[in-house]
Amino acid sequence: MNRISPSKPVVWTGYNFAYLDEQTKRMVRRALLKALAIPGYQVAFGGREMPLAYGWGTGAIQVTASIIGPRDRLKVIDQGSDDATNAASIRRFFRSVTGVETTASALDATIVQTRHRIPETPLRENQVLVYQVPSPEPLRKIEPRESETRKMHAYAEYGPMLLTLYEDIARYGRVASAYNCPVIVNERYLASPSPIPKFDNPKLSHSPAIQLFGAGREKRIYAIPPYTSVRSLDFEDFPFEPSRPDGRCSLCGSETSYLEEVIMDDVGGRMFVCSDTDYCRRRREGKGEGPVRAARAKA
Amino acid sequence: MTSIPDYAHLKSGFADPVLDSQGVFRTIMSAIAYPGRIVTIGGSVRGPSPLSTATTAFCLTLADGETPIWLDAGARNAEIPAYLRFHCGAPIVDDPGGAQFAIVVDAAAAPRLHLFDAGEDEYPDRSATVCLQVASLTDGAETRWSGPGIEHAIFPRVTVPDWFWSDWIANAAAYPKGIDVVFTCGDAAIALPRTVKVEA
Repeated sequence: MNRISPSKPVVWTGYNFAYLDEQTKRMVRRALLKALAIPGYQVAFGGREMPLAYGWGTGAIQVTASIIGPRDRLKVIDQGSDDATNAASIRRFFRSVTGVETTASALDATIVQTRHRIPETPLRENQVLVYQVPSPEPLRKIEPRESETRKMHAYAEYGPMLLTLYEDIARYGRVASAYNCPVIVNERYLASPSPIPKFDNPKLSHSPAIQLFGAGREKRIYAIPPYTSVRSLDFEDFPFEPSRPDGRCSLCGSETSYLEEVIMDDVGGRMFVCSDTDYCRRRREGKGEGPVRAARAKA
Repeated sequence: MTSIPDYAHLKSGFADPVLDSQGVFRTIMSAIAYPGRIVTIGGSVRGPSPLSTATTAFCLTLADGETPIWLDAGARNAEIPAYLRFHCGAPIVDDPGGAQFAIVVDAAAAPRLHLFDAGEDEYPDRSATVCLQVASLTDGAETRWSGPGIEHAIFPRVTVPDWFWSDWIANAAAYPKGIDVVFTCGDAAIALPRTVKVEA
């Protein structure tokens, strides 16, 4: 099941192509161009009310709506899964307001809207990855005032962020958070990678694809252009380590993909499966990356 | 007193404003994301002379009532300001420093880059994007570009005034403030965002 929408989609009438009006799209488009020109800098934009609640991807939906065209193929994932509620409803929304083809395949997609994961399949040039960002300001927990965080970004005053990492290490012996680990983009701006697991952080750097970030509640857009250095914040003696649960996927046998724990019963039974359902499916169909049969034989 | 422009001879904009501007935007976004690569934009759009197809498509896609446009002397003819006011609703300003978009059709007589708005420390995005119409994107002196969006290095040959690359170094030194440039020629364009380091 590669195509999620084999039948011709029902396109709603009475809406502009991709829901947003043209004035809004132009405003978002100008913000996107400046965001790409200043990697990691959060561009304020006039975020609109969208037909779903904040926290469900309203910022990324506005970004996707401003870039999508009839020839695009859209993939939407939520924690790596194409069929979670959030992903399925966003995909259906775009089918209804654009009529574009949707897909589960990271290879076929031209635009991938994602909540909290980067696909395992390496992306290629001119693919666009649109992140749903709940909280774009990495400094907000340290400094609640926007006027101050703006100055901190203006003068690259990122000492307090390093201090919180240091406090983690002093208290727990390691950086305690497993996701949303802040990054320095193009050796200048501190940015939130959105809550992706730190396993995914290395994929942000020097990707051939275009990475766009949309935060609807905070009304911010930022971007990481292709082939741009993205460094996870760390210390020389405590280098950044992308973590991954030990073990292999119970379905496809992958020993390198990011795993999710699934509770099987009420007596402690559990299994680990790939969080990226498309990657896992392709491996099980024998089309994926890596030696699936050998891995299975071992399992 | 403003005179009433002659709308009878006004050139047309996009045939399909929604999908054409989407297509042009994606190409411009790709050009900014991958600086130094030649892209083709505008298709069959014909703006008033001497605006090139790519410059016209750039304006129709990105300009509107919220974006003051500055025009160089060559673009301040009878047709172009009326065209931009009609199709984009954009205000035309006299000061290059007050413009969000600057359209330069005579690159040889272009204003020096520091005259455009480079934004503020806290809002570097509030800076001008300069659309510079050049004689050629392939016949100029070879330059070496590197930076975000460029995998190793790229060697564009844009014809620019001889002061341009020294001005560009000053622009890059002000980073994250700075202007962004889109070179156009016919229906082709190359983008030069502020992050690009150029060795001329």
